[in-house]
Amino acid sequence: MLRVNTLVEKLQLEVVAGADGLEKEVKGMYVGDLLSWVMANIRNGNCWITIQTHVNVIAVALLGEASCIIIPEKAEIDEATIEKANIENIPLLRSPLSAYELALQFGKLDSDGNQ
Amino acid sequence: MTIKLSYEIGKNDFAKAGTASSSIKKVLRQLGISADLIRRVAVATYEAEMNIVIHSDGGNIILQVIPEKIQITALDRGPGIADIDMAMKEGYSTAPEEVREMGFGAGMGLPNMKRCADEFSITSSLGNPTELIIVFNI
Repeated sequence: MLRVNTLVEKLQLEVVAGADGLEKEVKGMYVGDLLSWVMANIRNGNCWITIQTHVNVIAVALLGEASCIIIPEKAEIDEATIEKANIENIPLLRSPLSAYELALQFGKLDSDGNQ
Repeated sequence: MTIKLSYEIGKNDFAKAGTASSSIKKVLRQLGISADLIRRVAVATYEAEMNIVIHSDGGNIILQVIPEKIQITALDRGPGIADIDMAMKEGYSTAPEEVREMGFGAGMGLPNMKRCADEFSITSSLGNPTELIIVFNI
């Protein structure tokens, strides 16, 4: 089983908010910035990569049952988003890597039997 | 078992957007509704909630649970939809540019709701309130 905290460690992610949710199980990944599209297609437990950083991403993550959110390329995150992620215990993570690079690393991690 | 809950949704209130949908999701989970059905209701309700925030002068989302059915009613205070057939088309949107930059306004809201629902109806005309009735069989 792959947990968010393993992802944080292996992908060297910065935990911006929602540290109380780091024990959540991660099942697959979804990449997308068009919120209606994400809502309709994200799956339970997916790690979601998006460049959207406003507060509404937390509601989408919650309703879509994402395990965590990764903001790529060190994008700046709104203060309201950080507050909301802490309230809802949704891990809000950040990386200097692009969505593509993150997905590649995640794919390796996932195929290594989640080690 | 009959439940009726109403949530006030404010025009352009992006800070609170999603609160009604999240709350409805929690209520349905407490009622022991299946995860798949909860997900469909949550997606449709969120789209309806965002439509009220983005396009209307404010309104309400009402959850009704009766034996065998869950009904979500989205009722706003106008300004109404000029062409419902166009609004139902995937990719058609009247959302302003700043809203699109936030990842909304893809023109998928109404089609998404219809896809999630067992019954879907929309009543609207320019200058009048819009009422969506979204029904799910339990």
